[in-house]
Amino acid sequence: MKTPFSKLPEALVRLLIVFAVVIGMAIIIVKFVIPPRFKDTRIQWADTVARETAKPVRYAGAVACTECHDEIVAEKKKGYHRDLSCETCHGPAKAHTEAPDNIKPPAPRDRKFCPVCHTFNPSRPLGFPMINPVAHNPMKPCFTCHNPHDPKPSRTPRECSACHGEIARTLSVSHHVQLECTTCHNVPSRHRISPRIVKPTKPSSRDFCGKCHSKDSSYKGSPKIDLSSHGGKYVCWQCHYPHLPEAE
Amino acid sequence: MMDRRSFLRKLLSSLALSGGILGGFLRVLPAWGQGKEESAGKLWGFGVNADKCIGCARCVVACKTENNVPMEPFFYRTWVERYMIPNEGEAIVTNIHMGLIPEEEAPSTKGILRSFFVPKLCNQCERPPCVQVCPVGATFSTEDGVVLVNEKTCIGCRYCIQACPYGARYLHPETSTADKCTFCYHRLSRDLLPACVEVCPTQARVIGDLHSVASPMTRFKRMNKIFVLKPNLNTEPKVLYANIDGEVR
Repeated sequence: MKTPFSKLPEALVRLLIVFAVVIGMAIIIVKFVIPPRFKDTRIQWADTVARETAKPVRYAGAVACTECHDEIVAEKKKGYHRDLSCETCHGPAKAHTEAPDNIKPPAPRDRKFCPVCHTFNPSRPLGFPMINPVAHNPMKPCFTCHNPHDPKPSRTPRECSACHGEIARTLSVSHHVQLECTTCHNVPSRHRISPRIVKPTKPSSRDFCGKCHSKDSSYKGSPKIDLSSHGGKYVCWQCHYPHLPEAE
Repeated sequence: MMDRRSFLRKLLSSLALSGGILGGFLRVLPAWGQGKEESAGKLWGFGVNADKCIGCARCVVACKTENNVPMEPFFYRTWVERYMIPNEGEAIVTNIHMGLIPEEEAPSTKGILRSFFVPKLCNQCERPPCVQVCPVGATFSTEDGVVLVNEKTCIGCRYCIQACPYGARYLHPETSTADKCTFCYHRLSRDLLPACVEVCPTQARVIGDLHSVASPMTRFKRMNKIFVLKPNLNTEPKVLYANIDGEVR
């Protein structure tokens, strides 16, 4: 009789049997003994999603505040802070919504907090209200003059540098420091009330700068150019920065 | 011995046969494409309008509070960078941390042409490199487009942290597992805004459903010129940026 393994040495046959048993057991263990939760990533992922979803919330969301504090919400809606969420300043308040009497969210009252947003920083977008906290009414808490729920400047500033601080600082080291803002800009009075809708004018002709800088100008002590050959079609401020002329 | 004639005949016939097989596949393949239906549920997208960011870092603080991220200036799910574009050379990028510590003097603007803030967070890529490299399948994309980490199976090998081109991941020192922005998945499931969107004082951050025709994200995409970070990597981010320029990395 010829068995398939009759040509193999006996030791090898035994080894093969051991191998077969080990492989078979491994298959049985992987297939039946290990629970599918350990193997199937889909089940693990579904668990993860459930675990993520169940995590506790700290910030209650602005809608939750409107349920009780409708007066303040109504006041805030009119002012510049209307888009601010209550929790931006008052901190996470989920605990407060669950136990309104025991846990009160803090109201920041010292001078450190408001400057977090309102300190002058050259990287901040132009027109965002910014102050220098060292020079701006030192030691006074912000809320003595400004109501944080409806903030207004206590009066509209007269001087341009209150809002255009960066330009004022630049101008202070330039040759144009002696010029008033109104020398070049025509500022409509409504600019103080709606600064972004009504804007000051800029010189619209080359002759305006030419009053001092043209070759035939009578003004002494300014660099002179020939208006007819210099600059072509451009108005002067399209190339030169008038607040810091011939800046590096 | 094969002569030239029979060789060519065999070559051509085998080419024709394999061509037929390929053709058969090509006829089938588009059908597979059609069969794969887009999920009808939500697909979360995030919008960042860099023009509106004032760099107050309220979002960073809120994110750390909401998600138990350590307060040290090393662990971030979201962070804000200050870009300063000089007259010459590369942009100077600094992390503005939490805003609460009085920072170094406002940086000198000498030689700086422009400066602005860019909020950063996990881009929840459509093709996430972090998911590809995870050796244990602990990180994955959910059906609504958020990349999550299974902290039970994560072994903390930091492969994903290395793989993320946006540097959005960190190793949480308490759990020793990878952690990252989840768009505040627990808040989204409760119909709340993510903590950073909730507290942003200037609405520089927007979240919404990319599948919906009426969502804040749809408006964001309609009203702005949209840019994504590192588009050349084909990660297809779902965090869309408005009003940033090519200097932003």
